[in-house]
Amino acid sequence: MSNTNPLLDVSGLTKHFPIKGGFPIRRTVGAVQAVDGLDFQVAEGESLGLVGESGCGKSTTGRLITRLLEPTGGRVTYRGQDITHANRKQLAPIRSEIQMIFQDPYASLNPRQTVGKIISGPMEINDINPPGGREKRVRELLEIVGLNPEHYNRFPHEFSGGQRQRIGVARALALEPKLIVADEPVSALDVSIQAQVVNLLQKVQRELGIAFVFIAHDLAIVRHFSQRVAVMYLGKIVEIGDREDLYDNPRHPYTRALLSAVPEATVDEEPRERIRLVGDVPSPINPPSGCRFRTRCWKATEKCATEAPPLVQVEGNKPGHLTACHYPETEPTIPAPRLSKDPEAAA
Amino acid sequence: MTSTDQQPFLSVKDLRVHFSTEDGIVKAVDGLSFDLVKGQTLGIVGESGSGKSVTNLTILGLHDRDRTAIEGEIVLDGKELLTASEKELERLRGNKMSMIFQDALASLSPYHTIGTQIGETYRKHTGCSKSEARKRAIEMLRRVGIPQPDMRVDDYPHQFSGGMRQRAMIAMALVCDPELLIADEPTTALDVTVQAQIMDLLKDLQQEFGTAIIFITHDLGVIADIADDVLVMYGGRCVERGTKQEVLRDPQHPYTLGLLGSMPSLQGPVDVPLTPIPGSPPSLLNPPSGCRFHPRCAFAEKVAGGLCSKESPVLEVVDGRGAACHLTPEQKRELFADFAGTRHN
Repeated sequence: MSNTNPLLDVSGLTKHFPIKGGFPIRRTVGAVQAVDGLDFQVAEGESLGLVGESGCGKSTTGRLITRLLEPTGGRVTYRGQDITHANRKQLAPIRSEIQMIFQDPYASLNPRQTVGKIISGPMEINDINPPGGREKRVRELLEIVGLNPEHYNRFPHEFSGGQRQRIGVARALALEPKLIVADEPVSALDVSIQAQVVNLLQKVQRELGIAFVFIAHDLAIVRHFSQRVAVMYLGKIVEIGDREDLYDNPRHPYTRALLSAVPEATVDEEPRERIRLVGDVPSPINPPSGCRFRTRCWKATEKCATEAPPLVQVEGNKPGHLTACHYPETEPTIPAPRLSKDPEAAA
Repeated sequence: MTSTDQQPFLSVKDLRVHFSTEDGIVKAVDGLSFDLVKGQTLGIVGESGSGKSVTNLTILGLHDRDRTAIEGEIVLDGKELLTASEKELERLRGNKMSMIFQDALASLSPYHTIGTQIGETYRKHTGCSKSEARKRAIEMLRRVGIPQPDMRVDDYPHQFSGGMRQRAMIAMALVCDPELLIADEPTTALDVTVQAQIMDLLKDLQQEFGTAIIFITHDLGVIADIADDVLVMYGGRCVERGTKQEVLRDPQHPYTLGLLGSMPSLQGPVDVPLTPIPGSPPSLLNPPSGCRFHPRCAFAEKVAGGLCSKESPVLEVVDGRGAACHLTPEQKRELFADFAGTRHN
């Protein structure tokens, strides 16, 4: 991960949604601190995974990067150009390089437009005329995403969920983007279809060298897809690092708890150690002082309440593996016995 | 089932559920049989449209009687449910058998307090007073781990978080100490840490009361965590069943194998592509001939004479273990072993 010249550089990114209240004069009475001071980079062709539970701000982050939302603070730099507060006109050329894939393949395609029209939409808006015409390009794209080019004139309702998500991918690829923000691209799909779409995205990422910001709550899929992973909790990154470091040696108690809570389709003789987190995620309107995880953390002390831990390379971390914790975990996780290594199963 | 000496508490035999729709007859469930003993959890796995939810709505008698044709037998504790009158079913529902739904927000009434909704079932079945029902509601909320239950009992559903709503749903389902609990994707809408809490809660409650649980999910990881026995459904039929160890370690049906190959793992190799099942689930309006999985099956051509597309394989169950597939055991051993090498978990 060369940090010298990243494709996307985010520093101190903050988004507070104001809460209006009171009558008759609607004043701002508070703010939902959806995203609060994020720092990360995405290199060209790299995939960064953003994981966390609902309400942790991962989707807001995606919308801030694509500038569908205007940040409250911080800076977003795309290929050296500050786009934090860029206006429509300044954004136009960049928008064609940053595309988005949405979660719901039913809601994100216009039911009244044919597939051809949907996929060529971005080309029309940006007045791009590929050699051989837009229709030829659309047929190529349909081929890339594994759909029949003959389906050019069909409507979205004629396709299954997985096929629709492929249409969404084709649309995102139409402008040959450098960066795709994928917000839960497979969570609405059946397990067998999920794998098809994940493989497609992986093929696209490798063959076309597109960088991804992959937002998901499924830790196993993120590990599979992203070389680097950031774990978010209540609007902040609590841990970020290469996937091997993060999954095999989680240093933040939250990362560890999250990983231990994922049910795996293996049958172990010894049940895995599971960290039971008590309670719910606190409200982002009034987040806890200091470390935001402290209300559910079994290690929390007074220091955690008064001092927010910085996101740094704590002792024992490999370079690029940053953890925001005063009392990082020390023992590496003990991998559970693997099925594939089970001699009985192989027999 | 695992303990064969025990009398099954719930027994479903050759269940067929067909809906008549404008487009034709939908064969949602097509010949399903299983038994469940007390204190055991049966996990039903399947994708959307596999018939897993319809099966359980039929057990509870919650199907639309005018549009549904049902054949087969459902016996709960010696009582035939399919021929039972609506009144008899009403007495059983919420009392002897109850259900937890996936979407807790949609399943709770927004106009009534949590306490009233939990107490209502209790009052209906015991005929007790309002104050007793309230007491019972508080006790149930405490049991499912809601903090300050005597205050929260008067809250409305919107004042609860997602995990708390699901707990309230569980409290409502368990208020009459049912002997059969059907949980239809109860944790799918929840975050993993909350999902872990809910599954621990269900396991604790089962241990305490010996409830028989049917747990419906699409997630094999959840099955590995909670089930004793597993039933894999595809296109309205059971394609494989056995204990969870048998099914997850040594799958005998290409569909089960495909599901396992589709799931990435938290450990193991990262740069191996997943092995998805091609195509998409079948339409139950016009299901494929023969084995319903054959259009998506990687091994269908290995069976001589195109048998897979002509004849539907029979599910032969010996000691609770079986798979409906035309491949011979030798073929499976050989073909599935190659496949297992590419598996992520």
